[in-house]
Amino acid sequence: MAKFLLRRLASSIVLVAIAASLAYVLAAASLSPRSNFEGRNPPPPAAVVERELDARNLNDRTPILERYGTWAAALVRLDFGESWDGTSVNAEMARRIGVSLRLLIIATILGSVLGVLVGAWGAVRQHRFSDHAVTFASFVILSTPVFVLAVLLEIAAVGVNEAVGASVFEYTGEFTPGLEGGFWTQAVDRMQHLVLPTLTLVLAQIAIFSRYQRNAMLDVLGSDFVRTAQAKGLRRRTALLKHALRTALIPSATFFAYNFGLLLTGATFIETIFGWHGMGEWFIESVTRNDVNAVAAVSCFAAVLVLFAGLLSDLAYAVLDPRIRVGA
Amino acid sequence: MRGQADERPGGGPPLDETRVPSRWGVVLRRFLGRRLALAGLVVLALLFVLAFVGPYLTPWTYTDKDYAAFLSGPSTDHWFGTTQTGGDVYALTVRGMQKSLIIGLLVALFSTGLAALVGSFAGYFGGWVDRTLMWMVELLLVLPSFLLVAILSPLFRGRTWLLFVVLLAAFLWMVTARIVRGMTISLREREYVLAARYMGLSGPRIIFRHILPNISSLLIIDATLNVSAAIIAETGLSYFGFGVQPPDVSLGTLIADGTNSATTFPWLFGFAAGLLVLIVLSVNLVGDGLRDALDPSSGA
Repeated sequence: MAKFLLRRLASSIVLVAIAASLAYVLAAASLSPRSNFEGRNPPPPAAVVERELDARNLNDRTPILERYGTWAAALVRLDFGESWDGTSVNAEMARRIGVSLRLLIIATILGSVLGVLVGAWGAVRQHRFSDHAVTFASFVILSTPVFVLAVLLEIAAVGVNEAVGASVFEYTGEFTPGLEGGFWTQAVDRMQHLVLPTLTLVLAQIAIFSRYQRNAMLDVLGSDFVRTAQAKGLRRRTALLKHALRTALIPSATFFAYNFGLLLTGATFIETIFGWHGMGEWFIESVTRNDVNAVAAVSCFAAVLVLFAGLLSDLAYAVLDPRIRVGA
Repeated sequence: MRGQADERPGGGPPLDETRVPSRWGVVLRRFLGRRLALAGLVVLALLFVLAFVGPYLTPWTYTDKDYAAFLSGPSTDHWFGTTQTGGDVYALTVRGMQKSLIIGLLVALFSTGLAALVGSFAGYFGGWVDRTLMWMVELLLVLPSFLLVAILSPLFRGRTWLLFVVLLAAFLWMVTARIVRGMTISLREREYVLAARYMGLSGPRIIFRHILPNISSLLIIDATLNVSAAIIAETGLSYFGFGVQPPDVSLGTLIADGTNSATTFPWLFGFAAGLLVLIVLSVNLVGDGLRDALDPSSGA
């Protein structure tokens, strides 16, 4: 088991390295930091532009492989280089990474756990009204792009705020700048800002997972071993939880890894719409500003997270399916 | 082949009275039996009509500006209201629908085709072909396709939107390819494939003549569901300005423009967003109905 995971970890590290390199080369080939200088008024002297670009390893007149070599050599020391305006990418990343991780971790845990529960519950109550209602609701949410869902929730929050006459929900930024007060005031303020963005992502996740889990659960519920479990005297609840749900979780564990890329994309929209200064918002800004090194850094972050999700899903797989443990 | 006992060439008397319905007849009947799928199909057809006939119903085009009406609400003159610069929201929205629908269809077609090719070749030939192709799939799955297309967006800026379609399709095929590969591996050892191989048919011929037709159900279902995935991807990228470029519009750019005034000027956001959700919802309903009709063993 440990050997299997170690092997997976090693191949994941290789994949991260290759994926980050691919992202860097694509970004370096398609984005042009030079245009940032050309747009200035008055235009800076050519020599200055060259010097600035060279200093940050962004000069498109340097062969791309040479630029890649410089970038990779620095990355081995975990140095992501500088933005086109000379600020450190590492420092910016340190500021933003926590914001994104908070959103992602809460949404992943709440979304997958609640989604699995809702899906399993729907399968057990198949053909009843509650099952139909939940299935249809998840179908509608599934068909709503995150950037529409976010705005709809924002509109609802504005309505609630107006009805209550106080700002219960906040929808810009992740905290109120310059807010006076002790720990609790700050904590409550952060919570108020956290609710809407997290809820958007969690709702989308619940919709996806519940649909998937419901189908997996329906496949299992009809099988012989669940009937046997009940026939040998287990209570229905135990049979459903220990035998049916456990087996039905296996396909969802695989799906978890596949779905993570979509979750990251969703978080990018949410950060931009709700004004959170996280990695996703940074990515959008960096592509618009032709910031090659920053784009590569966010891609690297995304690759690490996707592979980490893959590792987690392997782990879950091994815990749920005894056959894997024997085989590895 | 399958189920052709009901048609007798030459107009002779039927040999037996039991009519064996053709496979597609069965599929069609099952599909029509599902109310929601049928509703999805009807709504989708209406949306297509709105997108392609709709522009001729109003004197305004999507580039026209009405300098007498800025930010006015829906009226008889401007059915969906006007924008900050006096653009007719109805004309813009139907134009955006056209773009989003066409891009969605093309991307789904390309990406499912690519997935079928890559998956079946990897599964049929195995060995180093399989390893190379599946390694590529794994690599592309590591980076979210949104990131890759966004990074490459300057390449098609100022050029034809078809380049955008190709790029979008190039990063949406991976999961389907894996499924196709798995199915191909299970078909590879079937008798009819072996027979074809011993008759001396080449690998690619066997794939096109025997393997792909036998997984056509999966490909049809997947192509349909890929339409909605592609539309969501396209509108998402356009939302950030990484997709369809002005002066052309898509539902994504319209929603992006309307987002900030969604509460104050709801018509800027509501019509585009509502129609987008309606399109994706009906495509998903049709895809789901197709899945149930083609593959009754799956799901409820």
